[in-house]
Amino acid sequence: MNDPFKDDELAGIREALRQALPPVEQPELRRDLWPDMLRRLEQPPFRVPWFDWALLALTAAALAFFPALIPALVYHL
Amino acid sequence: MELLQRFAAGDLDAFESLFRQYQRDVYRWIVRIVREPAAAEDLTLETFWRIHKAHAGFRPDANFGAWLRRIATNLALDHLRRRRPDVALENDVAAEQKPDSAVQQQTRMALRKAFAELPPRLRVVVQLGLVEDDSYPEIAQALGISAGAAKTRMFRGVRLLRKKLRRLGVHP
Repeated sequence: MNDPFKDDELAGIREALRQALPPVEQPELRRDLWPDMLRRLEQPPFRVPWFDWALLALTAAALAFFPALIPALVYHL
Repeated sequence: MELLQRFAAGDLDAFESLFRQYQRDVYRWIVRIVREPAAAEDLTLETFWRIHKAHAGFRPDANFGAWLRRIATNLALDHLRRRRPDVALENDVAAEQKPDSAVQQQTRMALRKAFAELPPRLRVVVQLGLVEDDSYPEIAQALGISAGAAKTRMFRGVRLLRKKLRRLGVHP
């Protein structure tokens, strides 16, 4: 990286930094990751159970019909 | 049909070909940023998972490699943001290497500590520019910023690093 900005301002700290944190020398992947990817692709998509949706609908309805419940709900969150 | 066109159409075989073609490049790029081989493997998988999910929005005439590198960089940056600095020091690839006698242990540890505490968006520029010797245009392209912005981040990162080092009693 030949740059006057770096040469003038950064030369000292660059050397110290490279000794403290040596460049990662051509890191090689230790294994083929495709089997892991395939497992992930074959997982069924995450689904929210129907009773969670029902609970959410009930809560929304209760808050719509009884707005006085909102402070109580906020308090318990 | 071209490989990228088939990928964009959702062809799993095309995705596998691209995966096998690019997985090593993505891994190498990520490990240079996060400096943790195990985390880099997970982030490589996550990069391709995102790519697969976004296949329908990919234009086959676009630069696939650049798109891949941009996603990988963003995921690596998110990882750096979530990771505590002390964990970063423990898992760093340099922790496994033999200490260099030219630099005192105390100075080296102070540098690594100060570096790990830099904000990730500055740290990644310092890491790629000063440690890995990437050019400003290369850094800029990977981060999706201009070369001027990369240079500014470098300057700010080094200034902050020097400030932290002074506080630790080190003057490189």
